[in-house]
Amino acid sequence: MVVAVSGSGRALGPSENRPWTFYALGGLFFGFLAFLYGPMFVIYLLSFQGPNGGVTFPMVGTSLTWFRDIVKPEQMADIPAAFERSIFLASVVSAITVVTSVAAGLGFRRRFRGSFILFYLAVASLVMPSLLVGFGIGLGFQVLGLHNNMFTSALGAQLTWTMPFGLFAMFAVVNRFNRSYEEAAADLGATAWQRLRHVTLPILLPGIIGVAMGAFTLSYDEYARTTLTIGNHNTLPLEIYALISSATSPMLFAIGTVTTAVSFLLIGMTLVVVFRMQRRRRAIATEN
Amino acid sequence: MDPRFDVELVAVTKRYGTTLAVDDISLRIPRASYCCLLGPSGCGKTTTLRMIAGHEAVSAGDILINGDNVTLDPPIRRGTAMMFQSYALFPHLNCLDNVAFSLKMRGIGKAERHAKAREFLGLVHMANYAERLPSQLSGGQQQRVALARALITRPKVLLLDEPLSALDPFLRIKVREELKRLQRELGITFIHVTHSQDEAMAMADLMVVMDDGRIRQSGPPREVFEQPVSAFVARFIGGHNVLQGARGPIAVRADRCRLGVAGDSPHVSGRVAAVEYQGTMVRVALAMDSGDEASALVPDAAFYSAPVEPGDAATLVWSEPDAHVLAEM
Repeated sequence: MVVAVSGSGRALGPSENRPWTFYALGGLFFGFLAFLYGPMFVIYLLSFQGPNGGVTFPMVGTSLTWFRDIVKPEQMADIPAAFERSIFLASVVSAITVVTSVAAGLGFRRRFRGSFILFYLAVASLVMPSLLVGFGIGLGFQVLGLHNNMFTSALGAQLTWTMPFGLFAMFAVVNRFNRSYEEAAADLGATAWQRLRHVTLPILLPGIIGVAMGAFTLSYDEYARTTLTIGNHNTLPLEIYALISSATSPMLFAIGTVTTAVSFLLIGMTLVVVFRMQRRRRAIATEN
Repeated sequence: MDPRFDVELVAVTKRYGTTLAVDDISLRIPRASYCCLLGPSGCGKTTTLRMIAGHEAVSAGDILINGDNVTLDPPIRRGTAMMFQSYALFPHLNCLDNVAFSLKMRGIGKAERHAKAREFLGLVHMANYAERLPSQLSGGQQQRVALARALITRPKVLLLDEPLSALDPFLRIKVREELKRLQRELGITFIHVTHSQDEAMAMADLMVVMDDGRIRQSGPPREVFEQPVSAFVARFIGGHNVLQGARGPIAVRADRCRLGVAGDSPHVSGRVAAVEYQGTMVRVALAMDSGDEASALVPDAAFYSAPVEPGDAATLVWSEPDAHVLAEM
């Protein structure tokens, strides 16, 4: 196909020259990378804006003023508290998502009557408009006379998003799992619980960590479903959005830098844990 | 309780919905024998093995091991152990822990179960690899570990699902010698599923040829090879020509056929379709005038004293006593 596009009329064959499409597609890719990372890089840079600088270039000196501003008590937004709430909520969401999606992933391996319908019912909320889901839940709580709260309505609203995602991810993980591991374990006298504990879960562990991470980050920056269900205390994305619409200062950029750093820290720590696990296995292996 | 048999299948049937995977088979496997279940893919041999292991429920019939009816027992209570086709070694455990797994499940302490596991790794010459992970082993080494893991449960019957299919041809011959030696030394029954007639003939005390969910013939390999009951068996175990005799279908071993001229002895004629040099023998394939195919395995010296080429007219000749009358087509 590439040869046809180049129009040289040359027969297909080995050539040391790359076709022009290689450079065109390469350019497109780098353009996309610039689009993706450029604005973020600008934000990180501007978060170190000097005390008299604004939200645009030029930089008027450099400082950590805006980072200090985040934790200043007289701010109109309480960023540290919102951050704490977000981390806490994301941890709970992640834990519940892991438990349910691992259980469902293992359960769905068997095709039972109605399993398809059940599956589509479970994942349908992925295609529902997020804002409407949140609106519906918020409204439902009001109708029932319940207060919207982080660990009731908001937790539920976020789970409608993370659990189908977790289920999909576990399907991919479980599909690659060879059933004969469990049969071998049964053959060797393991009870159902022992099979799960000593064989299935350890083998699936890397995938399970992935689901936990995915659910955590989905919850951590969830906005649309949370905004109408959170009640009186905002999570971090809601707090940031409130700030953006009310005031603009480089502090917003500083918040962006800090939250990104936290995300990278989290990913980095997970990678270290996984890497250590692998290295320990390898170290045990090379001991002899 | 009949102590003469390690395994007895009594009218065992397996249905998946409306399809019959295993159709009313009965089989008795004598004490301490090497039994090969042989057949084309989809013939029900693996399903049969899995029913004996307890990984597949039996639709009808009974399975007895050492005279005990185990039809409804879970795998561990049957006295069987299975070696899986892909070995199914636990990837997160090293060899030692893989082999010690069944002891751990029974709550046996670490020191004791590791000592025992080392002993069984030694039995399969893998003691030096105790700390390795399965992914760091070759196929042949993984197989030995899987064998040790199965044997540590002290089974009365070892079930092997295509144990040699993942190995290269040279290793395959070596491993089958070892399996056979191990079976003799342990004095237990091995049931080995394979689709390779070479493997079955080389290893089996009892060869069971299956097709379409049924047992077509069972007996010592030599008996099956010399007296196949049907055209299917004769064709499947190979080395036979299935021809039309005076009183119905006959099987004639290809190595008892030769190229010659039509005379008093029985013969068929056709054209040479292919000539394959096989070292000690040359296989000459014939497209017969009737449209069927037949072949002759001719000793190399005999072939090269009167060579033929594809396209030549040729006549396949055999002597009357070599024709084996088939009971069924």
